[in-house]
Amino acid sequence: MQSDADLRQRAWDAAAQVVDPEIPVLTIADLGVLRDVTVRNGCVEVAITPTYSGCPAMNMIALEIELALAREGIADRKVHTVLSPAWTTDWLSEDGRRKLRDYGIVPPRAGSGRRALFGEVMVPCPQCESGDTELLSEFGSTSCKALWRCKSCREPFDYFKCH
Amino acid sequence: MAAASIQVSETPLVLYTLRRADDALILGHRLSEWCGHAPMLEEDMALANIGLDLLGQARELYSYAAKVEGNCNDEDKFASLRDVRQYRNLLLVERPNGDFAQTMARQFFYAAFADLYWRAMMASRDTTLAAIAAKSEKESAYHLRHCSEWMVRLGDGTDESHRRAQSAVDDLWAYTGEMFQADDSERGLIEAGIAVDTAGLRPRWLQTVTSVLSEATLTLPNNDWMQQGGRFGRHSEHLGHLLAELQSMQRTFPGATW
Repeated sequence: MQSDADLRQRAWDAAAQVVDPEIPVLTIADLGVLRDVTVRNGCVEVAITPTYSGCPAMNMIALEIELALAREGIADRKVHTVLSPAWTTDWLSEDGRRKLRDYGIVPPRAGSGRRALFGEVMVPCPQCESGDTELLSEFGSTSCKALWRCKSCREPFDYFKCH
Repeated sequence: MAAASIQVSETPLVLYTLRRADDALILGHRLSEWCGHAPMLEEDMALANIGLDLLGQARELYSYAAKVEGNCNDEDKFASLRDVRQYRNLLLVERPNGDFAQTMARQFFYAAFADLYWRAMMASRDTTLAAIAAKSEKESAYHLRHCSEWMVRLGDGTDESHRRAQSAVDDLWAYTGEMFQADDSERGLIEAGIAVDTAGLRPRWLQTVTSVLSEATLTLPNNDWMQQGGRFGRHSEHLGHLLAELQSMQRTFPGATW
């Protein structure tokens, strides 16, 4: 018979492996989307928090968590979303930031206050590290990204917006 | 056989939440109509992105309204199975897209309001509404910046873009008054610290609007007469057409999922 603590740890480890379907280098643990795992009367409850209000990845993520728990043999399980406190890009782990950069997406600036939201004056190119870049579109290929272009190497790139 | 409309017990909090959810859904749907038709690819994506944010806000709000109401309604039923007269959105958000200037002016008037509104709602005593507000305020800030830039580009652009932008501002102005009105059911929630008294937001809204429009070399009409009715289900003829499209799947194939 395993203890609740063991079960919780197994469930956490399984859920923490689930990746964001839009940015598959990031796990939901890296993103800060995985908020909590609890065990109540033998039932595993996983709490996740939505990133952007309309992010279509959330349904997929909830389903992937269910599958990950099922693969661990955890039959009694629930996935629910918590809205408060609201997710912010500041919850992105250091590891997550590094993975994003390696993937070619510039990570968001820390400090997601309104100043950071509106002060993205210089976003360095992830390819050549030049600071001579320009914003092409505030709204990129997914809700979380803006589209930029490097004026030195001429490569377009994604920037993970502050939120 | 077409699915019948649902009944909703509109207690003050349910009604209040549905009004905001309907604003977000209808405006989000209008923006989705631009998909594949915007003047350029980047703008096509921007409008779809903004529409998606609004749809997300609508979903959270509908789900909360369903929870508060405590019947067996849910987000999908609220969206797909209420008739025109049961919709509670602002008349502004159901205005047809028109040309690009009309769409941008509509978005600008609304975003300038939503930005202030959601920021104020973060202090609501209702923790769910406050949580939804904390997400929506960041999104609204991006929306406002985007359409403010477009208002300036269009207004201070060519003679043709200026003429169209001015005519959009003139046409939509009378639909902005509704954002700052509250009825008795809302006043109770304002007193309880759950809702924001939007009348108090109007001076700052007007300040934002005037400052962007003046940079855009556009002017506000002198006319102060305001249209109203959306909050009580009295809509323009445009909403019925919009709903016919939005609801056709669920009305035709009740309960369909994919």
